[in-house]
Amino acid sequence: MGTFIQLVIDGLSTGSIYAALALAIVLVNQATGLINFAQGGIAVLSAYIAWLFIGVGVPLILAILLSILVSFVMGAVIERYLMRRFEGGDPDTAVVVTIGLLTLITGLCGWLWTYNNQQFGSLFSLDTIQFLGASISVRSIGTTVVIVVMMILLQALFLGTKLGLALRAVAVNPQSASFSGLPVGRLLMVGWGLAAVLGAVAGALVAPQLTLTPGMMDNALVYALAAVILGGLSSPFGVVVAAWLIGVLENLAAVYVPFIGYDLKVAVPFILIFVVLIVRPQGLFGRKAVVRV
Amino acid sequence: MPLLELTDVTAFYGPVQVLDTVSLSVPEGGAVGILGANGAGKTTTLRAISGTVRAGGSITFDGTEIRSLRPDKVAALGIAHVPEGRGTLGDLTVRENLRVGAYLRRDKKAVAHDIDYCLDLFPQLQNRIRSNASALSGGEQQMLAVGRAIMARPRLMLLDEASLGLAPSTAKTVYEAIGRLRRESGIAMLVVEQNANLAFTLVDSATVLETGRNALSGTTAELKGMDEIRRAYLGG
Repeated sequence: MGTFIQLVIDGLSTGSIYAALALAIVLVNQATGLINFAQGGIAVLSAYIAWLFIGVGVPLILAILLSILVSFVMGAVIERYLMRRFEGGDPDTAVVVTIGLLTLITGLCGWLWTYNNQQFGSLFSLDTIQFLGASISVRSIGTTVVIVVMMILLQALFLGTKLGLALRAVAVNPQSASFSGLPVGRLLMVGWGLAAVLGAVAGALVAPQLTLTPGMMDNALVYALAAVILGGLSSPFGVVVAAWLIGVLENLAAVYVPFIGYDLKVAVPFILIFVVLIVRPQGLFGRKAVVRV
Repeated sequence: MPLLELTDVTAFYGPVQVLDTVSLSVPEGGAVGILGANGAGKTTTLRAISGTVRAGGSITFDGTEIRSLRPDKVAALGIAHVPEGRGTLGDLTVRENLRVGAYLRRDKKAVAHDIDYCLDLFPQLQNRIRSNASALSGGEQQMLAVGRAIMARPRLMLLDEASLGLAPSTAKTVYEAIGRLRRESGIAMLVVEQNANLAFTLVDSATVLETGRNALSGTTAELKGMDEIRRAYLGG
């Protein structure tokens, strides 16, 4: 029983990291209608920015907050000066641009700060507490709590604020939204900025666990995309639950299904995706698109 | 001074000239129709006004030149464009669509009052208030599109083919509601419509466009009396 609980809690913690990135992807998708593959790269860059601040003696928590601020500006600038040129064109082009951006940012980080692993301090203590026979690290609990708070804030933003409503309106039909006076360009900048903030939080949570490298987020990005598909693009709540499910199942399958083991656990989320997409194409929590003509 | 005045407006789609000296004016509180065949430049004229098509010439609203303004700036001046194809925001509910319409307003109480007014004007929307706009029928979507424009409390409404794709009885319902809106609110209207019979129930005067130019203009009564209008637009 102890092992089981431990595996579940650890799974929730790794799942939370996928969730942070998945939330950022959902945010950009809700605000612009496209999938931003560069989200992982932007998160890595944010982590390096925090690491630079730490390097000059800024306390950890302050360094992370500063990197969050810088990330917001960075996200907005990427939208304004890069993505803006591809809006109104073929959405596929814009998606390919984000893939290019991911490669570019990864290369840039490697060139500036080498591909060596850099140490990055943890926000949460590494102590463990005993719970029903399992020893659970404070870090796992802290990571999970941070994600829950972010999810609630995001859900509240989209469903409870004028800004969230405007972001969603712009995503559905920018031109039609502008007829109601919505400043489309500025709203897209805010959407990208907020997504970069979520990425920065994800980066700060991952870096202490995996150590900081340019490719640190690659795995997490793949799982985050899996969570986005599984949870349904329109639901922050859905993608977080899906990300947790992925984290937990991945851990459990590795231990309890001998055939899978640690080598094949990578495949677990994808098998899950196949099954879910066959049964519920809109994802577990997504809204089914109903179109009348 | 008219509320809206277009003088020798031109517009291009790439190398193709769509508008070639279109002129018209809408007085404060007035309703003017734009008639014409497909491709005559009716929709483009409205798009030039709302800033979604680059245009030449002069377009003034309340005395200010608005020709090169962005669509959201044009909207902020008090022009609400109800586009061809309705432009309802499909993933948002009916209520959310109406709230988007009031985006620039800060007067919460009056916004709530205006939502009630829209539901009174279009009672069919009442039971659909929580539905996604994409689940509405064509007629309901058109009503919602007009409702969203009302929410901005505009001084001028641009209506583009509000009857398009609707059953005749539904189109009539929509136009009757717009007529009531006009009487009760005094919003000026510039109305593009293929169905001249419907347009004439709403507008005081109209201009007929042919290949991007004004071919004919007159009051509703004058136009109804013209043989070429009867033949081309009124079915005999």
